[in-house]
Amino acid sequence: MGKRTFRVWRGDKDGGRFEEYSIDVDQGMVVLDCIHRIQALHANDLACRWNCKAGKCGSCSMEINGKPRLSCMTRMNTFKDDEVITVQPIKSFPLIKDLVADVSWNYEQNKKIAPFKPRPKDSDGNWRMRQRDVERVQEFRKCIECYLCQNVCHVLRDHDRKDQFVGPRFMIRLASLEMHPLDTEDRIPKIKDEYGAGLCNITKCCTQVCPEHIQITDNGIIPLKERVVSRYYDPILWLIRKIFPKKNK
Amino acid sequence: MSQSTAKTGGHETSFLSNRRTDKWWVEPILTGLGFLCFVVYTTWAMFQANHYWYDPYLSPLYSPVLMVDPSVPGAAPLKHAWFGLWPDWWPKFLPSSPAMLILLGPLSFRTTCYYYRKFYYRSYFMTPPGCGVTGVPQKKYNGETKLFLFQNLHRYTFYIAVCYIVLLAYDAFISFFRHGEFGVGVGSLVLTLNVVLLSCYTFGCHAWRHLVGGRKDCFSCTAGHEHLSHKGWSKVSILNKHHMFWAWVSMVWVGFTDFYVRMVSMGVWTDLNTWGGH
Ligand code: SF4
Ligand code: SF4
Ligand code: FES
Ligand code: FES
Repeated sequence: MGKRTFRVWRGDKDGGRFEEYSIDVDQGMVVLDCIHRIQALHANDLACRWNCKAGKCGSCSMEINGKPRLSCMTRMNTFKDDEVITVQPIKSFPLIKDLVADVSWNYEQNKKIAPFKPRPKDSDGNWRMRQRDVERVQEFRKCIECYLCQNVCHVLRDHDRKDQFVGPRFMIRLASLEMHPLDTEDRIPKIKDEYGAGLCNITKCCTQVCPEHIQITDNGIIPLKERVVSRYYDPILWLIRKIFPKKNK
Repeated sequence: MSQSTAKTGGHETSFLSNRRTDKWWVEPILTGLGFLCFVVYTTWAMFQANHYWYDPYLSPLYSPVLMVDPSVPGAAPLKHAWFGLWPDWWPKFLPSSPAMLILLGPLSFRTTCYYYRKFYYRSYFMTPPGCGVTGVPQKKYNGETKLFLFQNLHRYTFYIAVCYIVLLAYDAFISFFRHGEFGVGVGSLVLTLNVVLLSCYTFGCHAWRHLVGGRKDCFSCTAGHEHLSHKGWSKVSILNKHHMFWAWVSMVWVGFTDFYVRMVSMGVWTDLNTWGGH
């Protein structure tokens, strides 16, 4: 495929710059391969995170020509021959070095979420659920925690509302728990207040970048917003709850 | 709040800054202009206050006809008006347009629709204009809390929209009868397609998807209702998946339906139909 030029961000939290590297690119290579070749030939100390090279571990998230992507799944033949390819670390989390960001804030969000609390077992000692009842939440289980959605979400990216919003990845984790047929925990009050569902303005960038093609907004966040509406904003449901307090909590 | 992300990693933080190399701005500009065209057309059509009827077709922008001023050209016959004649006290500076009384219904439905919200937050509010593109700087971003809290009443606008579907379906039905005689005209087909497209948009609504079954954690756990809620929810999900598509085609077609009725009513176009004459 010939020579290709890369502009790679080099630096740490105190500053840095773009460095240009030209390397030979072979057929079938992905951006992560190129980063490795740059490491091998020109910059041994270039930091990048990766693990599976198969789009399944979620480690190799970067911004490639301004788009948040998995570098191991971004094929070189998707670029024009003369295109200079800009590679940056993800923006929304603190930089450690070069292409590696510290995503530990995300683990803290996960800890805030009340865990799965199943209802008591059936009399024969089993839990039973039907496929059609769990199907919906299985989509959310495909998440590989690449945090590309967290990175692109403007609530975290532009407005840095990390104190108010857990981000799309944890919205779908919440959805997977809230919609689970066996779960009995009620997370709706916190989804409204602490986890910040109202800060999402459903502009769908999270869905657009998700490498697992999870319909984060349509199937996760919007249904949660609707549940919040039912609990807090729907005047008729409010009235019904006032009149029949027991049946409708 | 941490300041750790500013400018490190080669990321700018100024308005519209980004490093995308594709034409990310095409979509917000096209959708922004497209919707603007629709708003301009409907406003214009509303202020015309005439040529919204060509027997037996009624423009969807004017349905239901609450009151009518039969003296204007192309007005609906008096028997179609729910409350009879246009009132005398109506201020002179406003046109006696039946559309003015009813357009708020569909408008509130569309402006609180989850898809339209996505599109105008991007195209008009620029929060953000594109993915990975820095949005309008704000002192304190509040999303859909505070000022936009009213969006939470979308389901009520859905109920209103369903009433409109019923009315437009009735209009489409009577568009097959001229003076009691059954027939088919291009206008009947235009009006019928209008209801079909609007239904595909309306019944793919997220609020409806929630009400019909999505609100349940388990479809099969309440005896007796299992099939209904799961089936309903799955069907709505099919339409919901293409909600954006239905939003656009139904919107364009509503505009076109009004335009069609207007053109034949003005005598610019001839309506091909089985009744002949007229
Ligand atoms: S849809 Fe909501 S969660 Fe997803 S990127 Fe946009 S604001 Fe963030
Ligand atoms: S939801 Fe998608 S984009 Fe977000 S972390 Fe999971 S796999 Fe990545
Ligand atoms: S290296 Fe595992 S997803 Fe890219
Ligand atoms: S979500 Fe679009 S009409 Fe309700």
